[in-house]
Amino acid sequence: MTNGWTDVANADVVLVMGGNPAENHPVGFRFVMEAKRTRKAKLVCIDPRFNRTAALSDCYVPIRAGSDIAFLGGLIHYALSHKRYHADYVRLHTNASFLIQEGFGFSDGYFSGWDSGQHRYDKSSWQYELDSQGYAKVDPRLEHPRCVFQLMQKHYSRYTPEQVASICGCSAEAFVRSAEIVCSTGTPDRCGTMLYALGWTQHSHSVQLIHAAAMLQLLLGNIGVPGGGVNAQRGHSNIQGATDMGSWDSLPGYLKVPRAQQTSLAGYLKDATPQPLRPDAMNYWSNAPKFMVSLLTAYYKDRATQENDFGYHYLPKIGTTDNHSWGYLFDRMYAGQIEGLISFGMNPVANGPNSLKMIQALGKLKWLIVVENFETETAAFWNAQKLAAKEYPNVVDSSGVATEVFLLPAACFAEKDGSFVNSSRWVQWKHAALDPPGLAKRDQEIIAALLLKLQELYRREGGVASEPLLSMSWNYAHPLSPSLEEVAKEINGRETLTGRQLSSFGELKDDGSTSCGNWLYSGSITDEGNQMARRGQEDPTGLGFFPGWSWNWPANRRVLYNRASADGDGKPWDASRAALHWNGQKWVGDVPDTKVDAPPSRFGAFIMLREGVAKLFAPDFAEGPFPEHYEPAESPVTNVLHPNVNSNPLAKIFHSDLDSLGSPKEYPYVALTYRLTEHFHYWTKHVQASSALQPTFFVELPEELASEKGIESGDRVRIKSARGHVEGQALVTRRMRSLKVNGRAVYQVGLPIHWGFVGRVKGPLINNLSPSVLDPNSGTPEYKGFLVNVEKV
Amino acid sequence: MSLPYTVAKLIDTSSCIGCKACEVACQEWNDQEFTLGTGGSYQTLPDLAHHFWNLIKFNETQHDGGLAWNMAKYQCMHCLDPGCLRACPAPGAIVVLPNGTVDFNHDSCIGCGYCITGCPFDVPRLSPKSSKVYKCTLCSDRTAVGLEPACIKACPTHCLSFGKREDMLGEAERRAEQLRNDGFLRAGVYNPAGVGGTNVIYVLARADHPEAYGLPANPQIPWTVSLWKGPLKWLGNLVLLGGILGTFFHYVRYGPRRAHDRQA
Amino acid sequence: MPSHLSRRCFLQAATTVTASSALNLRAATPPRQLKIAHTTQTHSICPYCAVGCSVVIHTLGDKARNVTPTVVHVEGDPDSPINRGTLCSKGIALKEFIVNDQRLTRPLYRAPGTAGWTPISWEQAVDRMARLIKQTRDRGFEENDSDGRLVNRLANVGLIGGCTDTNEINFLLSKFRFGVGILSYENQSRL
Repeated sequence: MTNGWTDVANADVVLVMGGNPAENHPVGFRFVMEAKRTRKAKLVCIDPRFNRTAALSDCYVPIRAGSDIAFLGGLIHYALSHKRYHADYVRLHTNASFLIQEGFGFSDGYFSGWDSGQHRYDKSSWQYELDSQGYAKVDPRLEHPRCVFQLMQKHYSRYTPEQVASICGCSAEAFVRSAEIVCSTGTPDRCGTMLYALGWTQHSHSVQLIHAAAMLQLLLGNIGVPGGGVNAQRGHSNIQGATDMGSWDSLPGYLKVPRAQQTSLAGYLKDATPQPLRPDAMNYWSNAPKFMVSLLTAYYKDRATQENDFGYHYLPKIGTTDNHSWGYLFDRMYAGQIEGLISFGMNPVANGPNSLKMIQALGKLKWLIVVENFETETAAFWNAQKLAAKEYPNVVDSSGVATEVFLLPAACFAEKDGSFVNSSRWVQWKHAALDPPGLAKRDQEIIAALLLKLQELYRREGGVASEPLLSMSWNYAHPLSPSLEEVAKEINGRETLTGRQLSSFGELKDDGSTSCGNWLYSGSITDEGNQMARRGQEDPTGLGFFPGWSWNWPANRRVLYNRASADGDGKPWDASRAALHWNGQKWVGDVPDTKVDAPPSRFGAFIMLREGVAKLFAPDFAEGPFPEHYEPAESPVTNVLHPNVNSNPLAKIFHSDLDSLGSPKEYPYVALTYRLTEHFHYWTKHVQASSALQPTFFVELPEELASEKGIESGDRVRIKSARGHVEGQALVTRRMRSLKVNGRAVYQVGLPIHWGFVGRVKGPLINNLSPSVLDPNSGTPEYKGFLVNVEKV
Repeated sequence: MSLPYTVAKLIDTSSCIGCKACEVACQEWNDQEFTLGTGGSYQTLPDLAHHFWNLIKFNETQHDGGLAWNMAKYQCMHCLDPGCLRACPAPGAIVVLPNGTVDFNHDSCIGCGYCITGCPFDVPRLSPKSSKVYKCTLCSDRTAVGLEPACIKACPTHCLSFGKREDMLGEAERRAEQLRNDGFLRAGVYNPAGVGGTNVIYVLARADHPEAYGLPANPQIPWTVSLWKGPLKWLGNLVLLGGILGTFFHYVRYGPRRAHDRQA
Repeated sequence: MPSHLSRRCFLQAATTVTASSALNLRAATPPRQLKIAHTTQTHSICPYCAVGCSVVIHTLGDKARNVTPTVVHVEGDPDSPINRGTLCSKGIALKEFIVNDQRLTRPLYRAPGTAGWTPISWEQAVDRMARLIKQTRDRGFEENDSDGRLVNRLANVGLIGGCTDTNEINFLLSKFRFGVGILSYENQSRL
């Protein structure tokens, strides 16, 4: 979230799209209700289903799963064509005025630079036109035909209400009704927030979808202001923190994992240090060398020296164009290229796309280590033939599965201390209430046991490349059971010589005199104590910032980009919702997202970007600098905007024998998967209370489709896709209706996700149906809007 | 220690998201066993049960031409004139606490089920195991020490409120007023007079149509029950007096019971 | 009077009915006692979605030496500006997540080709796992790529998870990952 849960109460308009907070984040939804109650805020809900959130909305518009970019493109067009955008904000805080090079264009579904042979874009025509000093040229009047504003206007001129209606399956009138409400926030005295979740991220064009949302919010002047923002409602207690601590291609703090061509630290740091594109760009990533050297110092302690590039060479280097993200890992596993997998509390058989492929891939492993609270489908994958014979008729029985499996009992949340980061980036410390049951161990003990044993084996016996392994520091007071407070201090960072805890990332150095496990968390546990455990309840601004409760990364800042909540003179756009103001000497309010004593004209509001301003036009993404509507990889209709380029040309589609895609002829209905309020993911099927509330898998069907098929509520139905099938009870409802898409009726089928073949209650894994099709930027699978057929059993 | 004033629950159905926090809070606090429902529906169980005192009812209806999905908590109404109490023949089995809670005392309950007949909201349920009747206690163990009921505490959207009855009635009127201002012209408060008012008060967007929320339109204590505790009560008292006299004469005639009676 | 009622029952009933007809049926005290009157309270955070609700875990006893704590109740923390004491249906049932007869309480091992789990000691498990990781790493580790550049990487092992675990655990996992050289390190945020 750019803002936070408590801040939603400051909004005049709440657009919920690609999420269903009343269902999945009920306690977060309370701030929507606060906004409605205290500010008379309007709740707009755009969703394929009339869901719990829709039931409380002031305006609901049904759309077809996978058509969100068309809808948002329509809103962008509406704001521009009806002059509902916040013109001063757009001019001051976005790259609307930047000139793009000659040659940029879009036609027949492709942006300029498409290389059909290589199947990728040459992005050279997507770049800014630079002046002699290397700065982007701008036209502050926004009139130059090649300025971003004009290009954007042209690109979205095709997204008329009628076109939106024909793609999304809603009526043009309903679209306009919602557009009127959403675009009412394009004035300085009104603001709107957007709440989304996996309904936006689980598409083959998901990153562009969120880019479109950000563009709309920038046009309306809603970024950086209280009650505004683009707010991801994250679905796991510490999915934000896990991301902050790195993934296949990122180090802690969103530094990149080195690539093979970066053969020295200097080479790496050169690539990691961007050049500013405008004179007023603070370009904060120019501090990357301090972050990186401090991280290496935390990893390798006294083995990190100037002479050895602070241990840079111990880090693995990814091949220049290689990808090791989720989908690729399991595709390689299925191809037999992976020998071992260690899973800490993750259940790929249940939550990966195409469960059968997941099961078959795990069967190719030599060994599998699963660390869990409960047995999972992943731990028991070798028994799928017995436990779910009907769903997987072709998997071999356990005698044919050669994988050696370890299932290790782990402490649950209540049995460990440590910090979780919520969607608002609030880092909250928790305390341990009791010991783990039986022989279960805390995760730090399990990691320690494995790493220390491995280091011992290499020390004793030698082996391939023992140096990187033996150089990784583990000098905790109790190496076999490190205290998490000690680890938190290591993450926060310290002066290496004195051991003094750092108070903020502003103190980091690039010479090895500071160590820091994650620069974003610097300031979280200082010599003043554990800031994450703070319980202060005061709210001095009355805007719900609660600066004394826990600790907010970065720097305890509650609203990201809050400098943009003020105009060129540092005066808040809306005095009643002032995140910050310039008092002549310094910025006052929230922790400023700029230098505290830098006058308003000194720096652009978006300090992390080379532009210094927010990017409406973003050449960063694989499939274009502007979001464009592409159909899902499996779609019942042709893309009316460009029939020859139906779906995202850069979507990653795997081609193993288990990865077929279905045609609308065989699989005519659009499927979407989602959570129910009663369950949490695939965990609570082990909990009696949650299982009692929703014991069985069911399928939501529109009345019209059900009557065509002679299906009534309670009947058993089978849902089939090109990958697999599931069976469950039908729930026939008026809350899902037939949509008229491009002149013909399209039905959608709703599939809740929570069951599996292990647990107190059992049911089919919904991912038997979903395809291994990924967004090219994020690598997230397309769980929404794939094709199925429905039959009565 | 009990609260020196009457308390009430306010249920603002226009803020209910059907999250079922109240259902589970009730089960957890009261250590009730969860039995699996039939599933395939958004509603947990078709109706209340002897071990399930708090149910969110889900109703898909048409409101003013549009689809509405009404979700509303259903539970004991803690009536000011409780039909269950009127009907109950077992003394002390149903009590009204000083704060207005209508509570069941299972040591005294004889399992006759008359309270079920007496309740115009069809709330109390007989347990086949213990042969006693159960329903919401308004968490009398919590309110007794100054805590709010478990469901009230859990509710995320402030759909549920708890406080002095007069405060809740005021808040209910304010919320109904806001709904009317927002275009729900028939919004109002549900605090039915047929049972003397209730300590569980609803705000309904369609107060003219409480059935759309699973509530009876005009709840009344059944005439049989009114009769039973009205004119018939005097008749009953006469019978009792006869019984006492009979006992007295029985004692005078046969003397005290002897030890061997116990083996009889 | 039903025939199965004994004379004593009749006496009892007659007496109490008579007595109570004179009593007001308003009772002063409820029939139950508060179950969390003397529990120990610990502040924690719900492990489910990322709203980040604070919870209070009530455990048996007052932390005295001779008490083995068990969870008797979980409730929302009213001090948190996020949830102010409220919770959803999942959070309010957290007790059953913690105290649950399906929790794993000892390491289990499944040998290749077999049809079930067998208990294994931690020592045996750690020895065997470390041995397997070493064998795989020694086989798959790539010190230099085909262009001769130092890459120190391992592509034949995956490490996944962490999004329901703390930041500190995730940092320790990153140390494990970079120590071993693992490239495929992923968590739920990808999905």
